[in-house]
Amino acid sequence: MSDARTQILGRAREALGADELDVPVPREYRVTGDLAPGSDDVVDLLVDRLVDYRATVHHATTPTVAETVAALIADARTVVVPTGLDVAWRADWVPEVLEDSREEPLDVATLDAAGAVVTAARVACADTGTILLDGEPDQGRRAITLVPDVHVCVLRADQVVHLLPEAIRMLAPHPARPITWISGPSATSDIELSRVEGVHGPRTLHVVIVR
Amino acid sequence: MSTFLGLPRHRSSTPEEGPLGPVPHADDPLRWGDPFPVAARRALDDAQMRRNLGHATSTIRDKRASVVGEVPDWEALRDTGSAVKGDVMARLPELLAQLEENVTARGGTVHWARDADEANAIVTRIARERAVDEIVKVKSMATQEIGLNEALAEAGIAAVETDLAELIVQLSEDMPSHILVPAIHRNREEIRRLFLARMEGAPDDLGDAPRELAEAARVHLRRKFLSARMAVSGANFGVADSGTLTVVESEGNGRMCLTLPETLVTVMGIEKVVPTFTDLEVFGQLLPRSSTGERMNPYTSLWTGVTPGDGPQDFHLILLDNGRTRALADDVGRAALHCIRCSACLNVCPVYERVGGHAYGSVYPGPIGAVLTPLLTGAGTEDAPHGDANASLPYASTLCGACFDACPVKIDIPSLLVHLRARDVDSRRERTVPTGWDGAMKAASWVMSDGARLGRAEKGTAALRVLAGRKGYVGTLPPPMSAWTASRDLPAPPRQSFRDWWADEHDGNDGDGAAEENA
Repeated sequence: MSDARTQILGRAREALGADELDVPVPREYRVTGDLAPGSDDVVDLLVDRLVDYRATVHHATTPTVAETVAALIADARTVVVPTGLDVAWRADWVPEVLEDSREEPLDVATLDAAGAVVTAARVACADTGTILLDGEPDQGRRAITLVPDVHVCVLRADQVVHLLPEAIRMLAPHPARPITWISGPSATSDIELSRVEGVHGPRTLHVVIVR
Repeated sequence: MSTFLGLPRHRSSTPEEGPLGPVPHADDPLRWGDPFPVAARRALDDAQMRRNLGHATSTIRDKRASVVGEVPDWEALRDTGSAVKGDVMARLPELLAQLEENVTARGGTVHWARDADEANAIVTRIARERAVDEIVKVKSMATQEIGLNEALAEAGIAAVETDLAELIVQLSEDMPSHILVPAIHRNREEIRRLFLARMEGAPDDLGDAPRELAEAARVHLRRKFLSARMAVSGANFGVADSGTLTVVESEGNGRMCLTLPETLVTVMGIEKVVPTFTDLEVFGQLLPRSSTGERMNPYTSLWTGVTPGDGPQDFHLILLDNGRTRALADDVGRAALHCIRCSACLNVCPVYERVGGHAYGSVYPGPIGAVLTPLLTGAGTEDAPHGDANASLPYASTLCGACFDACPVKIDIPSLLVHLRARDVDSRRERTVPTGWDGAMKAASWVMSDGARLGRAEKGTAALRVLAGRKGYVGTLPPPMSAWTASRDLPAPPRQSFRDWWADEHDGNDGDGAAEENA
């Protein structure tokens, strides 16, 4: 349809005419927050936001990640993990562990039957309570954090930044990665604008913060 | 029916009966039903709709105000958002070419559609080539605007809306009445009745709690998500410098559609392009707070062409004009293309809150719809049908300015409304038969252009004081002035005109001293 392309671009050029002006873009907004990445204050802010979204927050230290996660998934029959997940986090889990990767993906029915999924994250924004995944091997394909009904996301405290621009600028070097921003469990406000958590995405979001 | 001065009305259609009563029937998603003045009058009789809307809009206004209030640099973000969009319009051809190049480089296919028919034909062809007879859809204004579902249905392809509110609208064969929450005019009890009547697998004992209704929709749609082979979405932003597309949503239905099917087709209005990936740090703050009144919406998906092994391996982007270059050609009106479809202007509008979205006769209702719809369809220009009902939309406002204050990208909607009113009046100047409005304006112009005439006219208003009596206002005037008082009262004229007062205060001086006193 190069014809339509030529015509649309031609119409746009004609519409703009001679006034192809240079529009200056001011950027006076905050790009760095007051709270240092990984500080207690920034983690507290993130926790406040996550709780507001009805996510469940758990605290762990590096040696206790495995047991903290194990307790959260104990009722599941199978649990999905991306192949790049830290093996130390997987010690002593009760459910059967199913590994997923782009090369060897699980089918949708298997994901649907899984009791939970456990992943890492790329970065988290405290101000908005947002966890950002970029599909690298420790976070996996987008489908695995979507289809299972419980998502356990393990986040290191030093991955928590204050403001959204700080988080976006960490992703910016690799914009083409498949990226998902998650702010709490799935929700809808479509009925009388009253918020209900738990629609199509995971109805339970556990965030394990590791310090 | 009363006369509305100078407003055209040539939009006809008959409401159709749905499971929840009459619903509008739209042949053209940008031009359906009666013109605004007629449709608004009828909508005002619907007390249930007005209660539903009043409740919903006041809830969202409070939420928005509280999350916007906690952002200290909100005005700086608005300034940047506004300027980025101005920059986009100024460089639109260049940015679209860059977006196309980057999407193509990452394994996507880019199509261009001049109008709705062309876009619908492309989606239909893609579905047919893959032997797909059912697609899942992410809520999208662009596909509403082109009537995609109806076009696919004619080709024997079922389009399943997966956003809860869109599903409600689709099941009730209704039209959307709000940009963000298209079923905002329905309450929980109406939705319960609808699901029981029209949704496969709805439990017989379904209650009307939003939680139960959402759960019923989850169960209904889950099978479709897990088996769908093709999805259609819109896009909130298309990033030129990376080729990244973005969908902002809440329920996870968007992620399902964007991730699980083999084929994904995204229909994006050409104005949705943004220059750089980091611009998302601005719009990612402006949009959710303005839209749902949340600090962030639950899910935002970003994808760039095709990622081997993750998500759809067959990706198509349709860049849609459908009147956008026409709007761009209006150097004032083009600011309406800055809109990021947050719907904050609807929620604060005193007119929208009372008449609801259907009265606007377009999938884009409310203040932004009142400017965007006429600009896209060319109402009030020689391109539009004579007496185009969309030409009445710029009058659907009190010009109170609440929409401008709420707009995250600072679109000066009141000024655009005034601009389009002027355009409408100009387009009708050459008419052979003048209306009462034209006559009244001519007479007023004649009186006001001469001091002596104005003085005599002022003396004539004494009769109105008699008519007004002790009430202090005139409720009805005889024709032709009844056209004015049909929908408003006329305040009683003051006892004394300014000229008389001036003469009294200055011993008969006729006012020439004013300039000196003020100097």
